[in-house]
Amino acid sequence: MGESEFVELPPEAPLAVSVPSSASAVPETAVVALRHSALVRVTHWIATLCFFALLVTGIEIVISHPRFYWGETGNILTTPLFQLPIPSSRALVKTGYGYVLPDQNGWSRYLHFQAAWIVVLTGLLYVISGFFTGHWRKDLLPRKADLSWRAFSAAIASHVRFARPSTDEAWSYNVLQRLSYLIVVFILFPLVIWTGLAMSLSFVSAFPASVTLLGGEQSARTIHFFVSIALVLFLVVHVVMICVAGFRSRMRAMITGRVTTENMTAGPAAAQKERT
Amino acid sequence: MKDISRRKLILGGLAATAGVAGLCVAANLAEKYGLVPPDHGGIYGLGETLTYASQRLLTRHSLAREFPRGQISKRPVENELAPPPEAFKRLQAGGFADWRLSVDGMVDHPASFSLDQLRSYPSRSQITILACEEGWSYIAEWIGVPLSHVLESVGIQPQARYVVYFSIEPDWWESIDMADALHPQTFLAYGMNGGELSIANGGPLRLRVPRQLGYKSVKFVTHITVTDSLKKFGKGLGSAAPEGGYSWYAGI
Repeated sequence: MGESEFVELPPEAPLAVSVPSSASAVPETAVVALRHSALVRVTHWIATLCFFALLVTGIEIVISHPRFYWGETGNILTTPLFQLPIPSSRALVKTGYGYVLPDQNGWSRYLHFQAAWIVVLTGLLYVISGFFTGHWRKDLLPRKADLSWRAFSAAIASHVRFARPSTDEAWSYNVLQRLSYLIVVFILFPLVIWTGLAMSLSFVSAFPASVTLLGGEQSARTIHFFVSIALVLFLVVHVVMICVAGFRSRMRAMITGRVTTENMTAGPAAAQKERT
Repeated sequence: MKDISRRKLILGGLAATAGVAGLCVAANLAEKYGLVPPDHGGIYGLGETLTYASQRLLTRHSLAREFPRGQISKRPVENELAPPPEAFKRLQAGGFADWRLSVDGMVDHPASFSLDQLRSYPSRSQITILACEEGWSYIAEWIGVPLSHVLESVGIQPQARYVVYFSIEPDWWESIDMADALHPQTFLAYGMNGGELSIANGGPLRLRVPRQLGYKSVKFVTHITVTDSLKKFGKGLGSAAPEGGYSWYAGI
C-alpha cells in the first residue's frame, strides 16, 4: 500500500465533522482535519483490547463445557441444544476426542470479568459523551437522504462490488456503517452485557426478571454465545471494510485522528491552525 | 502554544492529584464497608474488587431463586471426586455416627456437633440451582440447617467478618463473608431431594451457598472457623480457590 491510499480531498469537501469553522482557513493543498475526536479514538482502542481479551477468554471458558442448552439447567446428563465439535478441557464432557485440553478456566474467568468491567465503563463514557458532542446525531444517525430505498440499495450495491469508497466517505459514515455501528452499540453490546449478568447466580437473586425474561440461566448462556458470534462477525466485516477503504489511511485516522492528502504540509503549523 | 501547554500541564496535574486522592478515599471507604475481596491483589484485582463491591451493594440480602418441585433435575450431576481419605472411609464404615463438625474461632462457645445434633435443629429446605463455573447446572432440593442457626448457637463475636470452612479432604477449604454466612439460604445440608445427601453430592455434610458457584459449596465439611481476617489462612488469598487460580468471590 503506497501513498496513493490516502484519501484525496477536493477543496469543497465538507470539513464539517469536527472543525466546520476551519474549512475556509485551510489551504487547498494542506488538507489536515480531525476525523475522530480523542475520546472516540481512546475509547475505540481500549474497547479493541478488551474485545480481544473477552474473545480469547470466552473461548477458553466455552472449552470447559462446549455444550449449549435451553432453559434453566443443562449438564452432561441432559440433552443439549447443540454441542460444538471441539475437544474439552474437562474429562466429564464426552467430545469424541481422545484427549482433554489443559484447564485455562481460572485466569480466563478473572480476565473475562476484568475486561468486561473496563469495556462497559469505557463504553458508557463513549455513549454518554456522544449525546453531548452530537456524535450520535451528526455522525451515526442515518441522514434523511440515506433513508430512501434507492440510496440504501445503492449503498449495498457499492459494498457488494467492494468499491473503494468515494472521497467524502473519508469524512463521514455511509448509511450501512451508521446502521451497523448503531446496532452494535445499542443492541449487541447491551444484549451481551445483559445475558452475561443473567448467568450470575448472585445478580439474578436481586434481579430475577433479568433471567426469567430470557428463558433461564442456560438460555442466557446460549444467547450470550450467539451475540458474541454476531460481534465477531461485525469485527471481521469491520476489518475487511477498512482494508477495502485503505488500511493505512483509516488506521491513521483512528490513531492520530487526522485524514490527510499526500501533498499536505504537515507539521505543527497545520495542526495548530486546525485547533483554533 | 507555550501558555496552552503550561495551562494544560497544571490542569492535568490537578486532575491527576484529584484522581489519586479520589481513588485513595474510595479504597478506604471500600475497605471500611467490607467491599474489598481477599484476592484483590495482582493484575485482576480491579475487576474482582468492582465485582465484589457492586455485588455487596446490590445483593446483600437478596434471595437465590427457588423453583417448584417439578423443575428438580431428574438426576443431580455427580462430579469427579478424589479418592476419599482414610479418615473418611473409617467414618463411612461407622455410618457417619462419629462425624463431627467443629466450630471455633471468634465465637463465645466453641463446639462440636454430630450429624444427629444438626438434624435435631429445625430443618429447612430450598429448591435452587447449583451452577458450575464450567457452564453446566442442575436444580435440586437441599435439606439442612441454616448455617446462621449453628453460628448463633455458639455466639458470634462482633468483630467476626468471615467464616472459613474445611472439608475432610486435605487442601479443600473455602470462606464466605458474614453477608453470605448469615444469609437464610446458606445451609449445612445433609439431605437432597427428600433423601439423604449422597456421598457423590457431598454427604454426609455439605455447606450449600446457593448464590455462588458450585465450588463454594464445599463437600464433606468437618470444621468451621469464624475470623476477622483471612490473612492467616493458607496463602492469605481467602480460600483454596484463588490459590488454584479461581476467584474467591464466585457470585458470577
